[in-house]
Amino acid sequence: MANHSNINDEKREFYKSRNKQEMKMQVYTFVMMIAFTLVAFGLVLAEVDAMFTIPIILVLAGVQVLFQLYYFMHMNTAGHEWPAAMIYSGIFAAALTVLALATIVWW
Amino acid sequence: MSTTANNKAGFGSALWDYLTTVDHKKIAILYLVAGMFFFILGGLQAMLIRIQLISPDNEFISAQFYNEVLTMHGTTMIFLAAMPLLFALMNAVLPLQIGARDVAFPFINALGFWLFFFGGIFLNVSWFTGGAPDVGWTAYAPLSLFSEGHGVDYYAIGLQISGIGTLIGGINFIVTVVNMRAPGMTYMRMPLFTWTAFIASVLILFAFPALTVGLFLLTFDRLFGAHFFNPDMGGNVIIWEHLFWIFGHPEVYILILPAFGVFSEVIPTFAKKRLFGYSSMVFATVLIAFLGFMVWAHHMFTVGLGPIANSIFAVATMAIAVPTGIKIFNWLFTLWGGSIRMTSPMVFALGFIPTFTIGGMTGVMLASSAADYQYHDSYFVVAHFHYVIVGGVVLGIFAGLIYWWPKMFGTMLNEKLNHWFFWLFFFGFHLTFFFQHFLGLMGMPRRYWKFLPDQGLDLFNLISTIGAFFMAIGTIVFLYNVVVTQMKNVKVGPDPWDARTLEWAIASPPPFYNFKQLPLVRGLDPLWIEKMENNGRMQPAEPLGDVHMPNNSFVPFVMSLGLFIAGFGVMYQGGMWILAGIGFAITAGSLLYRSIKDDLGYHIHKEDFDKEEGDGSNG
Amino acid sequence: MADDMLKSGNLPEHPERATLEGSNKFMGFWFFLGGETVLFASLFGTFLALRNSNAEGPAREDVFGLGLVFIMTIILLTSSLTSVYAMYHMRNHSFKKMQLWLGVTVALGLAFLGFEIYEFVHYVHDYEFGFRTSAFGSAFYTLVGFHGAHVAFGLLWFITLMIRNNKRGLNLYNAPKFYIASLYWHFIDVVWVFIFTVVYLMGMV
Repeated sequence: MANHSNINDEKREFYKSRNKQEMKMQVYTFVMMIAFTLVAFGLVLAEVDAMFTIPIILVLAGVQVLFQLYYFMHMNTAGHEWPAAMIYSGIFAAALTVLALATIVWW
Repeated sequence: MSTTANNKAGFGSALWDYLTTVDHKKIAILYLVAGMFFFILGGLQAMLIRIQLISPDNEFISAQFYNEVLTMHGTTMIFLAAMPLLFALMNAVLPLQIGARDVAFPFINALGFWLFFFGGIFLNVSWFTGGAPDVGWTAYAPLSLFSEGHGVDYYAIGLQISGIGTLIGGINFIVTVVNMRAPGMTYMRMPLFTWTAFIASVLILFAFPALTVGLFLLTFDRLFGAHFFNPDMGGNVIIWEHLFWIFGHPEVYILILPAFGVFSEVIPTFAKKRLFGYSSMVFATVLIAFLGFMVWAHHMFTVGLGPIANSIFAVATMAIAVPTGIKIFNWLFTLWGGSIRMTSPMVFALGFIPTFTIGGMTGVMLASSAADYQYHDSYFVVAHFHYVIVGGVVLGIFAGLIYWWPKMFGTMLNEKLNHWFFWLFFFGFHLTFFFQHFLGLMGMPRRYWKFLPDQGLDLFNLISTIGAFFMAIGTIVFLYNVVVTQMKNVKVGPDPWDARTLEWAIASPPPFYNFKQLPLVRGLDPLWIEKMENNGRMQPAEPLGDVHMPNNSFVPFVMSLGLFIAGFGVMYQGGMWILAGIGFAITAGSLLYRSIKDDLGYHIHKEDFDKEEGDGSNG
Repeated sequence: MADDMLKSGNLPEHPERATLEGSNKFMGFWFFLGGETVLFASLFGTFLALRNSNAEGPAREDVFGLGLVFIMTIILLTSSLTSVYAMYHMRNHSFKKMQLWLGVTVALGLAFLGFEIYEFVHYVHDYEFGFRTSAFGSAFYTLVGFHGAHVAFGLLWFITLMIRNNKRGLNLYNAPKFYIASLYWHFIDVVWVFIFTVVYLMGMV
């Protein structure tokens, strides 16, 4: 019995250290996200040319979302194959919707 | 139907049982009863339309009433008849086909039904409170903004409520398939009906939110002074068309894919062969779903989106003919060389193939955007979509109902009457709609209250109306058959069709826990494998043990009722705001109750199984 | 077995997905978020179609101020991190710390909501820019309002869970509930990233 709980404790320690590792990544991610946000706001405040700014801030937003999904929402860990499939399908349908409403609405 | 099976228990307790049930088999029966009710309602509306158009310049019903009947016919048939009847089949069969004891979310399953039901009732209350919606089932803005009275508000709020129900029902089926399959039931061993129901549920998940938003915008414009579709204030009516069809086109596949699934079960069973090209069938299903999201603007060719947009959507639309063609050929090759039994589900399947093919061909004609300017909004379109929806979905639903009736109720519908039903319905269907192709080509616009004499339209309209009566008589034969069969109540065995899939391995109707021991699936058509290689019984994949079951709950009913009440408050406003307050309070309260009250379900202990033996019907 | 679900302590590594019910909830909620993506895409599309349709009313650059939006963005991003902290402590099975970080998340969420309400009131009073001013107004308030409603719902959800489970601690029954509530919170943040980019920043360049 004592032996058993020893193994459990070891496991516990292992998970703990791994969780800590993961948490570290998440803090890095957070720092990156704040940085991206600062860059996006900075570009707009600095009144850089719109043709340059708009694609850049959209890409920054896209990357931020991937950070959220993969690190904050743990999509990078095992057992997330179906969630990923459904999120990407949703993004596909969403992209078509936004594209259509932003372009072919007959102005 | 539901009560006859349970009248020993007393009507009151049976009613309470159905109001609180979370058992997928009982929810299937609820969907069936409600769906048939709305199907009959929509059918009566169709008869009114056809009687009005029996002769030129007819005054049978007024123009306003005609518009209401026409709108409600479309809305009812799509949202309140076809979808719930398919949900009835999915609920009845899907968990059994994958060897599950229940769906993933029994509570949400029940909630989905009650939301659909109260949404449907809400929509139909409009008949008694000043007029039903009268702007067509597509409710195009700005017509839908100019419509007087509250008809369109009933449409927007009613569909909103029932749409939420459909959405959560779809999620439930997706998770059921992903998480609840029996040992050995890999994805590529799932029966085609499960596959198509699964893919249709995925389509529901991604298509319905667009409708949700569209309906919100319409509600905000009509009731709260927003300007989404009001060009005076910068609004744009095309937004509604896009949102409606981004939902509306996948909706067509949500309806037809499960019907394809039904035929993919019926044909192998009665041809006594495994389905030809199983993996290509799965592939075609997924491809149809994928392409189905990229074609919605073919409903909008004449809007003026420009030649580039029209061309893209025309090509994408025509591409869908490829996977659909794969399916047609696979069914034909399954029949090829099979030992065919002409049972009634099989006759439905054989009637479906040519009928749907005609609908598919007119579909490719309509997909050609240049030619569409000629067909648009004419009876040619009406004929086309009735060929695919009646010739595909309705035939599929009835084939499925007859095929799985023994599994749902333990009784067999009378085969002779089924054949009568088929031939009356099938003959009447072609009589009604085949000639509408020509009416359309001759220039008769759809949705018109009247047509004028001596323009060559009289005869075909008369034939069309006669055909509609044949369809009505056919449906009456079916209903008569249902009543007689349930009155006689002659029980049949678990596998009356000598079928191939897992649902036929357990009693008819199944016990409320479905499988005492989860079955071990050894390949495609698992029951057939056991019949060929073994003693015809499924091998258990686990020792006999305790079975976990969910508790019944009245909360889904109350939660839906709250939204139903709130809908009136939001619509009538003024002093009626109190109703909105009460309704939302009820819904929010039941959400809160559900959240904080632990609901762990209960266990059937393995010792109790012997006592249950032979008494599978009550839950 | 049923009672085990309510016992805290000695939890597996992933308490949120350890039971079939938990795994179902986990999957189902992810799929729901896939659907929500399309819901918000429809709202974003509507907004993009109507972004310049201000009729006689104020246009985007007339009303938007970046300062407030920046503060709101930082608050919501931070709340996303604090909810990650909460889930980190859930995985380490320290319930008290999880509750603490959830509390911080809720506080940040409330602050965000407060700023949003202030923003709306400010627009209506100082710029006469309301829901009914123009098609652009309708689209703006609907999109940002839907997001705000999601925030409000998320807050109620967190608060309900925290109060309900405060005394009994973490178990296999409530771990999935906490986990999907935090997924919901992250999704709200994802939507906000696009709102501040597409609505505010693109409206100001």
